Amino acid sequence: MMGTVDLSSIGSGFEHPPLASQSVFRDALDSLSQPGSVIPISAAVKAPAGVDTAACALLLALLDQDTRLWLSPGIAGGGAAGFFRFHTGCVPTVKLEQADFALIATPGERPPLDQFLSGSEDFPDRSATLVLQVPLLEAGSGWTLSGPGIPATRCLRVGGIDNLFVIEWTHNRRGFPRGVDVFLTCGTRVAGLPRTTRLEA
Amino acid sequence: MGVLAKTGLQVLEQGMSGFPARYEWLRKPETGLLMVRARAGGTGDRFNLGEMTVTRCALRLATGEAGVAYVQGRSHRKAELAALADAMLQGPAATKVREAVLRPAERFLDDEADRMQRRAQATRVEFFTVAREAE
Repeated sequence: MMGTVDLSSIGSGFEHPPLASQSVFRDALDSLSQPGSVIPISAAVKAPAGVDTAACALLLALLDQDTRLWLSPGIAGGGAAGFFRFHTGCVPTVKLEQADFALIATPGERPPLDQFLSGSEDFPDRSATLVLQVPLLEAGSGWTLSGPGIPATRCLRVGGIDNLFVIEWTHNRRGFPRGVDVFLTCGTRVAGLPRTTRLEA
Repeated sequence: MGVLAKTGLQVLEQGMSGFPARYEWLRKPETGLLMVRARAGGTGDRFNLGEMTVTRCALRLATGEAGVAYVQGRSHRKAELAALADAMLQGPAATKVREAVLRPAERFLDDEADRMQRRAQATRVEFFTVAREAE
């Protein structure tokens, strides 16, 4: 548990929380059902320092008082923890292996994927959802994605991520139905990587 | 906060009318249910007394002070005024706000308590037990 939230510097959340949450939730569903499509998130929100608009909006829509949020070291000390705690009631945690959601500010700060909760065979839904901010995210040559939700293949260009991610992602996929799901965000855009998606560099 | 939350809306309206302020919402007024918990006699096991309707909000003045309010009922306006007063009580106008809002609010609560007390007293029943005479 953390102490009180400093309200003097906290940013305002969604202008219309119910409508914005629903619209962002729809965007999240779209991005997971069409993996690798780059989807703009329209909801306006003033994100805390170091957090993308898209990442901020996603977490505001998805978090509640029953979820534990892990923040990568680069933003853990800033206003982000208090911001999400105030607006969603979520429980910030420093224990990676207990987090239901994780916000990773830069690809360089990303812990190995197998350190996160991956659920159990009986309850694969008890796994972590990662929001990974990247410096570049667009449709274009880079990764080739295939799997459920993708007619043939889909191309996605992601900046700042090394090949290690692709290798770890293959392991993540092999554990199906267990495994983590990832949202890649950049500015106001998001792309979903559910655990069913195959990835080739 | 207790005084601000329990006092009447009119008292807050009147008191705060002299303090126009610019502010932004941190959390717009929202109404929900809170479970009130209690302990029998203050020391017994905790139990759920019942749910109550509560409206809460949080705002920040242009000068930086943040105010928070949780008030009973569904009045968004009352939550807004209580949060404004809460914020101003932390700022340079604190003394004036205390005079204009908190004092009348406390008086209102005292009067209310008196009124309840009198109503209860009016229907007071004295019980006498008469000892049975020895046969």
